[in-house]
Amino acid sequence: MGSLKDEIAIIGMGCSKFGERWDQGTEDLAIEASYEAYEDAGIGKDSIEACWLSTVIAPLTGVSGTIAADSLKFKDIPVIRNENWCASGHIALIEACMAVASGAYDIVMALGVEKLKDTGYPGLGTGRGMHPVYEARRTSPGSFGLIAQRYFKTYGLSDDQGKEVLAKIAVKNHDNGSLCPKAHFHNVITVEQVLNAPIIAWPLGLFDCCGNSDGAACAIITSAKRAKDFRPDPIYLKGFGISTDSLLPHFRPQFSWTSFDSLVQSSHKAYEMAGIKNPREELDVAEVHDCFSITELIIYEDFDFSPRGRAGEDVASGFFTRQGKLPVNIDGGLKCFGHPIGASGLRMTYEIYKQLQNKADLPERQIKVPRLGLSHTFGGPPQISAVTIFGNEKG
Amino acid sequence: MVGISLCAGYIPVFRMDRSVFANIWERKSIGGERSVCNNDEDSITMAVEASRNLFKGRGSSREELDGVFFASTTAPYKEKLSSSLIATAVDLRRQITTIDFAHSIRGGTGALKLAFDSVGCGSMRNVLAVGADCRIGYPRSDEEQIFGDGAAALLVSKENVLATFEGSYSHYHEMMDIWRKSDDIFVNTWEGRFIQNEAYVNNMTEAITGLLKKYKLEPKNISKAVFTAPDIKWHKRLVQQLGFDMKGQVVNPLLHNIGYCGTAHSLLMLVQALEESNPGDILLLASYADGADAMIFKTTREINKDQNQRRIKEYIDQKLMVSSYARFLSYKGLIETVPGEPYRTFSSATVTWREQNSIIRGHGSKCRNCGMLTYPIQRICYNCNSKDNFEEVSISDMEGVVFTYTLDNLAGRSDDPVVIQTIAELGIDKVRFYSMMTDCFPSEVKVGMPVELTFRRIYDNAGMHNYFWKCRPIREGRLNHGQFKG
Repeated sequence: MGSLKDEIAIIGMGCSKFGERWDQGTEDLAIEASYEAYEDAGIGKDSIEACWLSTVIAPLTGVSGTIAADSLKFKDIPVIRNENWCASGHIALIEACMAVASGAYDIVMALGVEKLKDTGYPGLGTGRGMHPVYEARRTSPGSFGLIAQRYFKTYGLSDDQGKEVLAKIAVKNHDNGSLCPKAHFHNVITVEQVLNAPIIAWPLGLFDCCGNSDGAACAIITSAKRAKDFRPDPIYLKGFGISTDSLLPHFRPQFSWTSFDSLVQSSHKAYEMAGIKNPREELDVAEVHDCFSITELIIYEDFDFSPRGRAGEDVASGFFTRQGKLPVNIDGGLKCFGHPIGASGLRMTYEIYKQLQNKADLPERQIKVPRLGLSHTFGGPPQISAVTIFGNEKG
Repeated sequence: MVGISLCAGYIPVFRMDRSVFANIWERKSIGGERSVCNNDEDSITMAVEASRNLFKGRGSSREELDGVFFASTTAPYKEKLSSSLIATAVDLRRQITTIDFAHSIRGGTGALKLAFDSVGCGSMRNVLAVGADCRIGYPRSDEEQIFGDGAAALLVSKENVLATFEGSYSHYHEMMDIWRKSDDIFVNTWEGRFIQNEAYVNNMTEAITGLLKKYKLEPKNISKAVFTAPDIKWHKRLVQQLGFDMKGQVVNPLLHNIGYCGTAHSLLMLVQALEESNPGDILLLASYADGADAMIFKTTREINKDQNQRRIKEYIDQKLMVSSYARFLSYKGLIETVPGEPYRTFSSATVTWREQNSIIRGHGSKCRNCGMLTYPIQRICYNCNSKDNFEEVSISDMEGVVFTYTLDNLAGRSDDPVVIQTIAELGIDKVRFYSMMTDCFPSEVKVGMPVELTFRRIYDNAGMHNYFWKCRPIREGRLNHGQFKG
């Protein structure tokens, strides 16, 4: 596999306010994110040569790229829709980068937008998947609850011990999100609150699950060579990895349910491209897929942030807090932004982009001397993972 | 000689104390408890349960089956064969005769009689006669308390019979005593005394005395008198009138603990009587509805052969009590509670048809190259990537343990608020199987808990019922649980 390290740069990004945007449609959210990105890049719509649109469920399947074309008035350019469950945003972004790397286009857009609050339902309930029999009752919290139960069993944690480890992750992310203006939720929570919350899919309670929300985020991409024509502080693509795994893990023989090959493979490919040997030491900040608290826990281990089976120790020591050695989900993550599916990957990248530019919206959220940041989404049954790594300097 | 070579019953694990019905309507309880099928059960799934129980440990005898006769007044479809779905779930070969018997609770003995005749005349070697019912009485009616849900299956054969079929006597009698019009949900009845005397006692007496006379027998020659009855008092009166000895001869009519299981009831009582018989016993079976059927059996030495089947007594002892009348109404489809999210993976008749060997038959694929067994059937081996190089292997009889689970409130709908999503490891191959768990308390589920598979109705969508397998805790011994809470 070739490398695109330092070949591609992001020159502008935008991100809508996330939340229950009852009065804003999919098109409004797309406009909100993309016009911030235009302004950030200092260009207009006419400079965009192609657009990769990430959207999953709204308003229905089979909508092609018309959401972007209709709202942004693109004419005569390709708008390519990407749907890869929760990893859609990252994969749209990676496709856009590869399109520029191919030489076919100079300036392209990756746009993620999702309107979950038009569905009438508060969570990602039944109907996750393709099969009308095997997956008739599969839900998102249910699939991740299976992971949590197995993790507890494998590592000898009682339900109380396991739930407390997970609770600390939720508490950390809410603490981060309380400072992030664009987040959906700003409430600071306690471990006790998390443990006493209603159960959604045992052992996952309300605060172990991310919310449903509306949002959009957008990136404008060009070659690293041209990047400084647009701004003095472009952010460079250092590496990426995508992995889609076969056979619904529920039926997959010998599957551990505490580690996912797609997480391991996608992160290792990205590390390899970026030249990262020890991610725990070398990464300065990471946005990972905390759709559920357990997801963030297993990602720590599959991404080599923590030794296998011992992520709980890092959670307890505060290693991943805003003040810790490797801040994770510093904007509050999916826990506080909610998970408008197609938008999330680009929203996470927006946070890494701003942190690497030292331009976090509030100074108290800005980490010190950032060089390398990772953003990541993980989705499906779960079977698909996409990782991107960015840096603020070449080399 | 033609007779019964295997037999087995099935009674749902859920029971309701009849005082629940009495209290809610401020009426008198008739005493005891009744069986209530789970919200994922119907006459087809109960028939599959009884049939699979019958073949337990004797899988190879399925190969020699030539017919399935299914009797019920509560078949889930008015038009669409039930016996074909039962035969598929029991994993029978396709080149057999499948017939549904409907519209009368006498269909159980009717199907059995026709099975004896078919095997007797040599047109078929082995026939499975199976009955199941889950009738609904009006709220506040006596029937609401009296009825139970259940199924029973008997294998009719000329070989290795545990009881020989010695003869029968039947008559019909046209009258409107108990009925459901084609669009009725609830069972209608005429005046009780009319049914008791003119309908039940007179018709049963006519058939039983007719049979005894035809075969030159007297009540004292009968070891076990198996008389179905919709009411314990009527049963008592019939026994007294005919001169049988209640304690010494008469088989428990299963009304106190189970309830009156419609079409299945005569077969269920016969199974119970056979399970308690000794070689040389003479059994007299009689069932009533629009006339009566009476049959006589004689047990052989085979009656003592090893029984793999779960016996009626075990079913009676193993129960989970449902204390909520609201839950009963919801399970019976009589009230609709708050709906959950709509199903987004739409039912497809073509998908179910195309993949029926996995979905309904419960087949996985065993790779001929590396031996890996996977469910559902995989054309390309997950382990060694061999293409189209597998044999189909049934996994539905495999037992296993819970590998992981979750108690999912979001997946819950009007039927059950908590869906227990389960991944089990089945058999020595540790086949991974993902499904819902049923017939249990959410609080009792643990990683490592032993489970078996059961065929259930998973949901209704696209105007049809959808069936699949679920996990169920393996229960042994007497189950003495408290109240079921969702």
